[in-house]
Amino acid sequence: MGFNEGFKKYLMRKTFVYLITFLFAVTLNWLLPRLMPGNPIEGMMAQAGSGGGVNDALMRFYERLYGLDQPLWKQFLNFWSSLFHGDLGYSILYRAPVWDIIKHALPYDIVILLPAILLSWLVGNWLGALAGKNKKYDRYAMPAFYFLASMPYFWFAMILVYTVGVSLGWLPYQGAYSPSMIPELSLDFIVDFLKHWILPFLGLFTVMIGSWAIGMRNMIIYELEADYVRYLEALGGSEKLLTKHAYRNAILPQVTGLALQLGLMVAGAIATEIVFNYPGIGVLIMNAALSQDYFLLQGAFLMVVVAVLLANFMIDIIYAFIDPRVRASYTEG
Amino acid sequence: MARRSKLDTVKIAFRNGKFVLGFSVLMFFIVFSLVGGLFTPFSGDGLYYERIPNTTVKIATYSHKVLPPMSNETLTTYLGNKVRVTHILGTDAFGKDVYAQLVTGLRTSLWVAFLAALIGTAFGITIGFIAGYKGGWVDETLMMFTNIMLVIPSIILLILIAAYLSARSPEVQAVIIGITGWPWVARAVRAQTLSLKEREFVSLAKLSAQGDLKIIFGEIMPNMISYVFMAGILQFSGAILASATLDFIGLGPTTTVSLGTILQKAIAYNALQFGNWWWFIPPGLIITLIITALFFVNLGMEEVFNPRLRRGGE
Repeated sequence: MGFNEGFKKYLMRKTFVYLITFLFAVTLNWLLPRLMPGNPIEGMMAQAGSGGGVNDALMRFYERLYGLDQPLWKQFLNFWSSLFHGDLGYSILYRAPVWDIIKHALPYDIVILLPAILLSWLVGNWLGALAGKNKKYDRYAMPAFYFLASMPYFWFAMILVYTVGVSLGWLPYQGAYSPSMIPELSLDFIVDFLKHWILPFLGLFTVMIGSWAIGMRNMIIYELEADYVRYLEALGGSEKLLTKHAYRNAILPQVTGLALQLGLMVAGAIATEIVFNYPGIGVLIMNAALSQDYFLLQGAFLMVVVAVLLANFMIDIIYAFIDPRVRASYTEG
Repeated sequence: MARRSKLDTVKIAFRNGKFVLGFSVLMFFIVFSLVGGLFTPFSGDGLYYERIPNTTVKIATYSHKVLPPMSNETLTTYLGNKVRVTHILGTDAFGKDVYAQLVTGLRTSLWVAFLAALIGTAFGITIGFIAGYKGGWVDETLMMFTNIMLVIPSIILLILIAAYLSARSPEVQAVIIGITGWPWVARAVRAQTLSLKEREFVSLAKLSAQGDLKIIFGEIMPNMISYVFMAGILQFSGAILASATLDFIGLGPTTTVSLGTILQKAIAYNALQFGNWWWFIPPGLIITLIITALFFVNLGMEEVFNPRLRRGGE
């Protein structure tokens, strides 16, 4: 069986593609500020309160600090070298190394996003499959799915804050835990943390369900009309058998969909974190963008791109295992 | 397969319930954005302006109060005139009329999305055509680039670019959204081109020694109009969402209001905590309804062009 060899080849090709994408993204990240009008150093100095007449000596100091006085090719190499040393620069806004700030924000993103994405995928596919099979239910469910998928994540988050948080007062809606708490492994803290987690989670989870359900619904309808299902039907296969086969074929494109959707979800996650003031990368990005803290902005860009690339890569590998067509392509060489 | 005339296609589309529903909602909002301002004495920025007689100088009058929808109040202007006004959707934390801002904001958002969709679609078509028609290494290079752009989250790129620009007009925003939205179109157009270029009528055109450009625009393009149009609709809805998100983060146009900037202001001035629902529910609802309508237009068109998708009985 040429499975292992074929899989290795597939893995190598994918790794190559993602590596190129990573190189491209990092280069873009380096190039963009240099293509833009204006001088970031001047902007940062104005931000840091040393504005007024531009101080030449201070300006040169900063230029040397960030290596802007060197030739462009050298700046490019320096950028890569510091990147591999984990040096993402220094945030003017938070007055701390960018990597440290990001390290503290990252767990909050994972804690909200991972469950929201996985659970919405499961529930959305389930609801979509139901709608695909049952025409009566579909009549009402389909418009609801489209309405859900059309909502801006942050607007739905605002509605949640207003209804559940403010009007009903059931759950807290600001931050990841109460200001009086200190993060620790105590029952009090965990309960408080979970209470703060529910609304941001629901904000992402609910809106995401819509697009998964639409995708699954369409796939199921398509599969149920396919020739193989008709054939099974003609052979007298039970309805359960038919839907089982249709479901297995319909779920495969949904796995690829997961990879493609990840990039789009980033927008929703950033804006939702802003509404709930949840201390993840989203709030960092907003603060960095508003105060023109370019190193923090670049660091956050890099983090999101790396996360999306890694997730895509993982999904590609999972896909290779579950899709018989990809599997077949190894064994045939 | 006999080619249907364009008029027939339009007729069939208007017999499709989903298409008609989506199209009507969309038309309603477009018309509303153009004439909605006629129903309020307030200017687009939510203020009441009065011209000083015999000059061109206009002076604004504030309301000073946060009022719920359909409130009436009497404003005393700079010149001492008393004007009775109705705030159809109430006022915001600055006493500005929400309805008037909504009309202008909607117009801005539609304009940004229209321009961005136009730019993104034009760019995508060009790349997709060249890749599909030329093939070989040109195709591979372009598709590699397209796939790279597809994986990098465009919102992050948008934020990065927008943050570097201190003055932003709606047009600038449209350009930066347009240049990140094209990869989907490029892929779809390429796939269509690949299948169309093998057809007889293209071979025939090649045999009669027509130039590449003439074949692309004269033979292949007319067969893809519907497809390109549908891609453009999706670009439009993506652009509305992208611009609203950018505005919400605080990177929207600095020169005018849009639906996204209204929402951003609402959050920044605690409309949620104070319960000023008329400030943040209408703009978001309009965005949602427009995107839903675009989905339905797209669904309807798909059913028109691909009758297999029509579910029996309806």
